Amino acid sequence: MSLPFLLEIGTEEIPDWMIVPALNQLQDMFQALLDQQGMGGKVAQAEATPRRLVLKAEGLIEKQADTDELVLGPPKSAGPGAAAGFAKKMGTTSDQLRVESTAKGEYFAFAKRSQGQPTAAILARELPNLILKIQWPKTMYWNGKGTERFIRPIRWLVALLGSDLVPFEIAGVRSGRESVGHRILGKPTFPLTVENFAAELEANGVILSASQRRKKIEGEVDGLLAGKALRAKPDPDLLHTLTYITEFPTAILGGFDSQYLDLPREVLVTVMRHHQKYLSVEDAQGNLAPNFIAVMNTAADPDGLVRHGNERVLRARFNDARFFWEHDNKRKFEDRLEDLKNVTFQAKVGSYFEKTQRVVALVKELNGDRHAQRAALLSKCDLTTDMVKEFTDLQGIVGGLYAKAQGEPEAMWRAIYDQYKPTSMEGEIPSTVEGRLVSLADKWDTLRSCFEAGLVPTGSKDPFALRRAAQGVVRIVVEGRVPFEFPGMSAELSEFLRDRVEYYFRDVKQFPYDEVRACMAAGWIDLLSLEARLERVKAIRPTPDFEPLAASFKRIKNILKQAGYASSEPYRANLLEPGPELELHNAIRAGDGQPLEARIGPLRPKVDLFFDKVLVNAPDPDVRRNRLALLSSLLQEFSTIADFSEIVTERHT
Amino acid sequence: MTGLSFQETVFRLKQYWSERGCIIQEPYDVEVGAGTMAPETFLRVLGAKPYRVAYVQPSRRPADGRYGDNPNRLYKHQQLQVILKPSPADVIDQYLGSLKAIGIDLSKHDIKFEEDNWEAPTLGAWGIGWQVMLDGLEITQFTYFQQCGGFDLDLVPAELTYGLERLVAFLQNVDSVYDIQWTPDIRYSDVRYLEERQFSRYNFELADVAMLWQLFELHEKECQRLLGIKDVVLAAYDQVLKCSHIFNLLDSRGAISVTERVGVIARVRRLALGVAKAWMAETEPAEEDKVVA
Repeated sequence: MSLPFLLEIGTEEIPDWMIVPALNQLQDMFQALLDQQGMGGKVAQAEATPRRLVLKAEGLIEKQADTDELVLGPPKSAGPGAAAGFAKKMGTTSDQLRVESTAKGEYFAFAKRSQGQPTAAILARELPNLILKIQWPKTMYWNGKGTERFIRPIRWLVALLGSDLVPFEIAGVRSGRESVGHRILGKPTFPLTVENFAAELEANGVILSASQRRKKIEGEVDGLLAGKALRAKPDPDLLHTLTYITEFPTAILGGFDSQYLDLPREVLVTVMRHHQKYLSVEDAQGNLAPNFIAVMNTAADPDGLVRHGNERVLRARFNDARFFWEHDNKRKFEDRLEDLKNVTFQAKVGSYFEKTQRVVALVKELNGDRHAQRAALLSKCDLTTDMVKEFTDLQGIVGGLYAKAQGEPEAMWRAIYDQYKPTSMEGEIPSTVEGRLVSLADKWDTLRSCFEAGLVPTGSKDPFALRRAAQGVVRIVVEGRVPFEFPGMSAELSEFLRDRVEYYFRDVKQFPYDEVRACMAAGWIDLLSLEARLERVKAIRPTPDFEPLAASFKRIKNILKQAGYASSEPYRANLLEPGPELELHNAIRAGDGQPLEARIGPLRPKVDLFFDKVLVNAPDPDVRRNRLALLSSLLQEFSTIADFSEIVTERHT
Repeated sequence: MTGLSFQETVFRLKQYWSERGCIIQEPYDVEVGAGTMAPETFLRVLGAKPYRVAYVQPSRRPADGRYGDNPNRLYKHQQLQVILKPSPADVIDQYLGSLKAIGIDLSKHDIKFEEDNWEAPTLGAWGIGWQVMLDGLEITQFTYFQQCGGFDLDLVPAELTYGLERLVAFLQNVDSVYDIQWTPDIRYSDVRYLEERQFSRYNFELADVAMLWQLFELHEKECQRLLGIKDVVLAAYDQVLKCSHIFNLLDSRGAISVTERVGVIARVRRLALGVAKAWMAETEPAEEDKVVA
């Protein structure tokens, strides 16, 4: 008979962003347990809310199958005493042993029959460890020093195999049949069944399925705005958060006084999104509307109290923002530059004032125009504004807005506005040339000065987000077409950056790893050239002559290496032997000045023929040396594009 | 007036927690920046002795002063601080019960527990918890203490910190804390406006920076001296609080550069950790001294 299994881990509110990864781990570990212990069954469902992780599995067997195993004991020559000892250890008597012939001789042996254990017993034994093995970003203890750790206190546990309770205990909580409802909408306790748990939870104010919660929110958002010529600004990340901070989400529409729409849209959206978790609302033209959508963790707002309360909070927040905006704008933006002397960029590196000076110099070196230079100079002034102190996510953006409000031209203020872009792998790079230069110079300065000060990322530790800075540098150079050759780079930084370049072309731009390696071996400092060469190699890779030629290049490289040949002297034409050797020379010279793509076809048969007919290791040392020089020069000519010996080919050489 | 008066709210919360075994303490009479810093929290959470206490703590944050002009920002605000050590398993239900006790019908509101861990580097203290959001307004900080004064805590206390002005402004449906009815006849501004205005002036404009630095050093020395003497750890801790408040004053005067800041914080922290260590040594018998039952 096959049985279904239900597990519910009930906790206090888990941070929304940790829930999905934890649920995935739980599911994987549980499936692995079923498989390892031969309990049969598959995880059929894994769902979570902020207060519960729930697993359902189906098709578990009642009891493990019995197993037979032949256990070898001491050699027969060890005598009856040893046999008795072995028998005792096996829980039997000597007369139950038999003698087994093996390649090493005769041994006492015991045919051990292990009884399969009941599935319920295995689960009861294994589940506490399994649950506590879930990896969380930060854990706590709640029962006192040295007790179990979890993300938040575990308050109840449900574990049912069919209709039977699977008994175990974690941190003083015994598993049972009783679940706990939504804090406001549900009963404090009620029984769950394997068959009907989702409906039983829903009757107690808990929508277990995350996708159902999300759909409920999305449907209600549409409903609230229907017929109003408004739409919610799409925001999948926020929607995810709202789905996982609620057990019973319900969307409500609120409004604010349209006088606040004079404030920059970025400020309003940040206040709504980051501080209040509201979706913002736009009209058909994409202008911000004086509305917001809040998602409650309850069923209804019958008296409008929740809407009223949220509107009141937002009003206070917007008033603060207005105060900061007006107050900050009373001061000339560039007068703040002096204050940056007192703002530390990094204790070992110095102040933001000093950093700004270096960034300006770098922008000049890159031939940035006066707008780019001025943007660089004032790029960090917003760090001293009240607005950024209160709403740190707005740094850069609000600096650009202050510069704009104070009459700076767009080329200048937009460069400040965009200086932290790209903020992620998918994020946009700055939209203007000036913006790209400022962002690039800022990031490059951060990398250079942190590495100089020994602040180098190690393993998963990267407190100054230098990997992200390096990735930004690479993306701006390549995607923004900014020629940049990484001035003043230490060997350590070069190695670090090289990894980011390789990662970018391989994992982001999806070039095959061997082509990336081959092209980078021919030089990677000029990323624009690198990208062009990658495109070329990618294009010629499928042509029939390419891989065989690449294989020959690998062979040439090996020959030169074995011969210890490292000279770059030219070969002498008069020493070439007529026939395949001379033909190879002619084929090489015939291709002079032609692009790689045109040379591969004619060259490949000549190279093959050469290896087929000509003995590199000629008895005459001059001839031998000349042949090595010929091969070496062939290799050199092509290696300005890529080191083709890095290409992985089918043919073995 | 809708909702309870300010003082009635305080009475009810104190009554509620008193019924749940809390000592109702009076505010600590040395300036602190938060209820956590009062010895009733900072010292009592240490060690293996259960403790339950609730008190209103006026909390001074000089840099937050706005001369009485800002409807939501105050130089001094009142926190209702509750410590339940160890935290009971139904601590959140008890907390929700306290909201009902002050007239909040939870079936008509939206309550959420949003991740917000708490850390106070100057106290060597941190905890795990939430900000409790009522209709989008943060009304309480809820923390399971994990470490204090650099010690892992033997019993995990739950700390509930209610921001009273915000909470009551919400209950009374007023946009400015100054419009809160302290009693049915007297407004918050009648009680506190002058204090906000005058202390903002003092904190931002008048406090004598040279004198404050001298005071800081005097209190620091006194603390160090007391830490070398047995059985006066409470007096030593007062000196830590003095240093911490003077640091905040210097900060609001703009007298501490970013570079200095880290160093001064470290000095206060050293004192706080020293006090925690002395407290533990004097109140918690070391393992080997415990009588085996």
